[in-house]
Amino acid sequence: MGTQALNMDIVILFLMALAALWTVMTRSLLRSAIGLALTSAMLTILMFRLHAPLAAVFELSVCSGLISVVFIATISVTQPMSQEKVLQHMRDRLERFWYLPILLVLIGIVLSFVSFKFNLSVPLPEIEKDPRVVLWNQRPLDLLGQIIMLLTGVFGIIILFREAKQK
Amino acid sequence: MSAQALTLFWPFCLFIVVLFVIGFYCLLVTFNLIRALIGLELLIKAVTLLLVLVGYVTAHEALVQSLVITLIVMEVVIIAVAAGIALGLHRHNKNLDTRQLRNLKG
Repeated sequence: MGTQALNMDIVILFLMALAALWTVMTRSLLRSAIGLALTSAMLTILMFRLHAPLAAVFELSVCSGLISVVFIATISVTQPMSQEKVLQHMRDRLERFWYLPILLVLIGIVLSFVSFKFNLSVPLPEIEKDPRVVLWNQRPLDLLGQIIMLLTGVFGIIILFREAKQK
Repeated sequence: MSAQALTLFWPFCLFIVVLFVIGFYCLLVTFNLIRALIGLELLIKAVTLLLVLVGYVTAHEALVQSLVITLIVMEVVIIAVAAGIALGLHRHNKNLDTRQLRNLKG
């Protein structure tokens, strides 16, 4: 990967961090959800550039699409906070967490003195290049786990809404 | 890890830490349940990017992609159930303030 490609990656990373910051700092919940979708879209581009196209498609369709729809549906059903409450909450937040940026800078300074050494070159006898083969042939238990998680989610939602209906 | 991969690794790591801090900040300061879920999503995105990055620099892209797909499925299930809980809480308390959760008795 050349310097130009690295620069492009850094630009996309910067945009992703900016979208994440906007997601957190914006007052409107709806804008937060849209910001999250933007962050997800930037992450998709990065995943594609890091040679993970299948996971990138999942990220784009599920995280950027489906989860945003779930968030926007939830926000539209629930009641938004009044403007006064939002301002009061922001003032409270500034008073309560004024020390956080200082703490963050201090942690950054401490971490810059610590030298991390990662041994990332784990040897494997044979590296499979096709994610479909890995998922279906080498890690079928992961698929079982996914099915169990999906069923758990479905049953959880059924129970949640059944209880709400009875009340 | 080659020198070329190393030049890619540290800038990505820096931004992953930034994303993680933003998500953690969101979780820490908010009292709104939906905003807390958004913070959780940002944390999961940082973990996803770290997984993909490590897969790229160690040339195990296929294995990491299968792990990321599993992570995305779990993420969706967690968010869907949590959104259901948020709706139930809103029906009960008429707001989404997490401080109201402390009043619940088992």
